[in-house]
Amino acid sequence: MHIHLLYFAGLREMLGVATETLELPAEIETVAALRELLAARGAPWTALVTTKNLRAAVNQEMAGQDARVHAGDEVAFFPPVTGG
Amino acid sequence: MSVTIQAADFDCGQEIAAMTKGRDDIGALASFIGLVRADTLGTENIDSMQLEHYPGMTEKALAEIVAAAEKRWMLQSVRVIHRVGKLLPGEQIVLVLVAASHRGAAFAACEFIMDFLKTRAPFWKKEVSEHHEQWVEARDKDEMALQRWQDAEK
Repeated sequence: MHIHLLYFAGLREMLGVATETLELPAEIETVAALRELLAARGAPWTALVTTKNLRAAVNQEMAGQDARVHAGDEVAFFPPVTGG
Repeated sequence: MSVTIQAADFDCGQEIAAMTKGRDDIGALASFIGLVRADTLGTENIDSMQLEHYPGMTEKALAEIVAAAEKRWMLQSVRVIHRVGKLLPGEQIVLVLVAASHRGAAFAACEFIMDFLKTRAPFWKKEVSEHHEQWVEARDKDEMALQRWQDAEK
């Protein structure tokens, strides 16, 4: 099963990717594990673990590092927000 | 409650007219308008601001923020408009309009909504000048502004 990944703002530019669909390995169960998996691709993906204050959302709700990820989920990574 | 994300500019007067049309129960209307400042880079003025957002989540997050305000104060109507895309210095970015019977609720809810919008709604600003561009960094001050709402709850 797959998950849908989205990247925004400075992170999107750094990665050169806005969205992707990923086959979710069975052992990846949390946001933190997903970050490690992506960072293992090497630079520039290491930003997923080295960026200070990187935020995550699962199915469009802000999510902590321990939040669960499931097949079919939409997971987004982005820097702290700066609207208004 | 009505929340809109749009590239186009907005007219606060028109929004007020639409909100108050046919009603005689509104006693107070508080509005906040955020504008693009040119001097944010310090030494060099910006030429424009690029506003990015997370379609879908942004609308949801704003609706949740407004719902929290409606739970906390007796509000009669709330309108939020946030622009995205390329904006020039002096242009309007955001409008928050709150109607209530009395000014206390209208003022407080307007500020509450802006404080949470700035720290919880997925928007990102990039400042663009002739020689460089940079993503605006989140400020601790904005996160601290939430504290007073949490303290007040205790």
